[in-house]
Amino acid sequence: MTAVRCVDLCKTYRQGEEDIKALDHVSIEIEEGGFVCLSAPSGGGKTTLLNAIGGLDKPDSGEVYVAERRIDNLSKGELAELRLRQIGFVFQAFNLIPVLTARENVEFVMQVQGVPAAERGQKALEILEEVGLKGLEDRRPADMSGGQQQRVAVARAIVSRPALVLADEPTANLDSKTSDGLMELFRELNDHHSTTFVIATHDKRVMSYAKRIVRMLDGRIVEDISQDAV
Amino acid sequence: MHMLAVLSRLAWRNLWRNHRRTLIMLLAIILGTWAMIFMTALMRGMVSQMVADGISSLPGHVQVHHPDFRDDPSVANLINVPDSEIAERFNAANFRQWASRVRVPAVITSEYDSRGVTLVGVDPALEDGLTFVDYREVEGRFLESADDKGVVIGRKLADILNTEVGKRIVLMSQDPDNEIADRGFRVVGLFTASVKAFEEQFVFAGKTTTQNMLRIGDQVSEIAVLGDDYRDVEAEFQKTLELINDGVTVQRWTEVDRFLGTMLGVMDGFVLVWIVVIFLALSFGLVNTLVMAVFERVREIGLMLALGMRPKDILGQIILESLLLLAIGLALGSALAWATVQPIRDGIDLSMVSEGMEMMGVSSVLVPELLLSDVVLANVVVLILGFFASLSPAWRAAQYEPIEAITKV
Repeated sequence: MTAVRCVDLCKTYRQGEEDIKALDHVSIEIEEGGFVCLSAPSGGGKTTLLNAIGGLDKPDSGEVYVAERRIDNLSKGELAELRLRQIGFVFQAFNLIPVLTARENVEFVMQVQGVPAAERGQKALEILEEVGLKGLEDRRPADMSGGQQQRVAVARAIVSRPALVLADEPTANLDSKTSDGLMELFRELNDHHSTTFVIATHDKRVMSYAKRIVRMLDGRIVEDISQDAV
Repeated sequence: MHMLAVLSRLAWRNLWRNHRRTLIMLLAIILGTWAMIFMTALMRGMVSQMVADGISSLPGHVQVHHPDFRDDPSVANLINVPDSEIAERFNAANFRQWASRVRVPAVITSEYDSRGVTLVGVDPALEDGLTFVDYREVEGRFLESADDKGVVIGRKLADILNTEVGKRIVLMSQDPDNEIADRGFRVVGLFTASVKAFEEQFVFAGKTTTQNMLRIGDQVSEIAVLGDDYRDVEAEFQKTLELINDGVTVQRWTEVDRFLGTMLGVMDGFVLVWIVVIFLALSFGLVNTLVMAVFERVREIGLMLALGMRPKDILGQIILESLLLLAIGLALGSALAWATVQPIRDGIDLSMVSEGMEMMGVSSVLVPELLLSDVVLANVVVLILGFFASLSPAWRAAQYEPIEAITKV
């Protein structure tokens, strides 16, 4: 089954007097259980593609399918429901709600989903331990380092076991040891639960965990190589 | 339900994110609410006092007169039903209290001065509690029976006439044949009244004595019926109409004194206007607080939308934040208003400005009247208007595009 399918996506941003082609006729298909890294220099289009797949940004043209359902024509409410139930997000920055503790941030999506308090509390504690934040559950984002905040965001993205996880530079603020731990966790989820990962990154260490690497340049896919080739 | 829990937690935490701003806004709401309720209690008290004093000068919630009595309140316009028959009908009707009286214009003369007054011939047994005169506060004594030969006048009138208890005065009016009807009376008592003008205006004599003086036999000029609540006298009015409707006019007190009746009628509207005016002043601060709160949290709102919260949830969260702030302010403001009223619930002595108050028909003691309905009205109106005032910033927040909001610097 196809987890993600993008057909001929185009997206142009206007920057001052200049039009920037963030996506230039991009087509890509990602199978369920895929572990794909989108690699590109800054402005290459990887974040725009990630946002289009996550229903956060609408392409100017083309079609986006998630779990074989077309999403580029959905309403705001339908997109919110899709993101809530099927997609986990890790953003490059500003990932957490400042007024909630680490545990509450992790619980947030489950709470919106309507998961009972006891169940979500248990899951949140387990996942925070898995990402190495045991003992920091009651800290607020302002009292945590950038790396710790990023790990909370990762924990929140995967805690409800979404079918698709979209991560934008998830290891940007992490040291190498934590990065490895996080990527191993991603791979474990990918291997055991067939969770599909699409990760936008510059980091070669992250790419080494990928089953497939898609390189982009100026909004176009210029290379698409599988794990064997890596 | 689970969304309400999520939104409530976020709203509550966000409320205390900027302590200083929230506390300043809270203080404004508390003071506004206090002003709404406390000032309304004072106004209510003042109007109630005016109405009570006005009714006490009539007195009676429902009154029966000859149709022409209002235009010419003289002995020429008496009720054509004999007083004995009136007593028979009204005693059987089980009113809280009723009385028939003779009320005519007269001139009172002492050896020093004379004054135009209203002579009221009463049966003291029927009038106790109905008239504004407290029998026990009368210097000397009040009348003892309908055929008492004495007269009770106000303290102020006694000063003007330079007379006192035990001295004699002469009362003069006209009989039905337009002949002078006069009689000498001994002053047996001096009454005091909360409205000093009453002390100058009213003179009380026994009903039978007055009827004899005026040569009107068993006739009276007025029947007064007292109900339980001056705001609702419809039952007494209907019952009185059934008892007597031949050649007389039956009126509610609001028709007898249209100024007071109208004032009571517009008071509710005035309270509402007062509440809305204060809220409008408050709403600028409220909307500003919410706009700032939304502006500061654009990225956070974008994040929540990206994670799967729907725009209507964001709308709900901002409105809930506003309503929480208002609810806390309203609760504290209402409590403060109640606490402020408690020490003065027996009245504020305004005797220093009593003459000015009297010109407005108000006694020199202002008793605040804190009504639960006014407190509820203030709270409900502010919550409803607060809801609408919050809609604009909340709607704005709900319309953010997640990715634009989350990347906003």
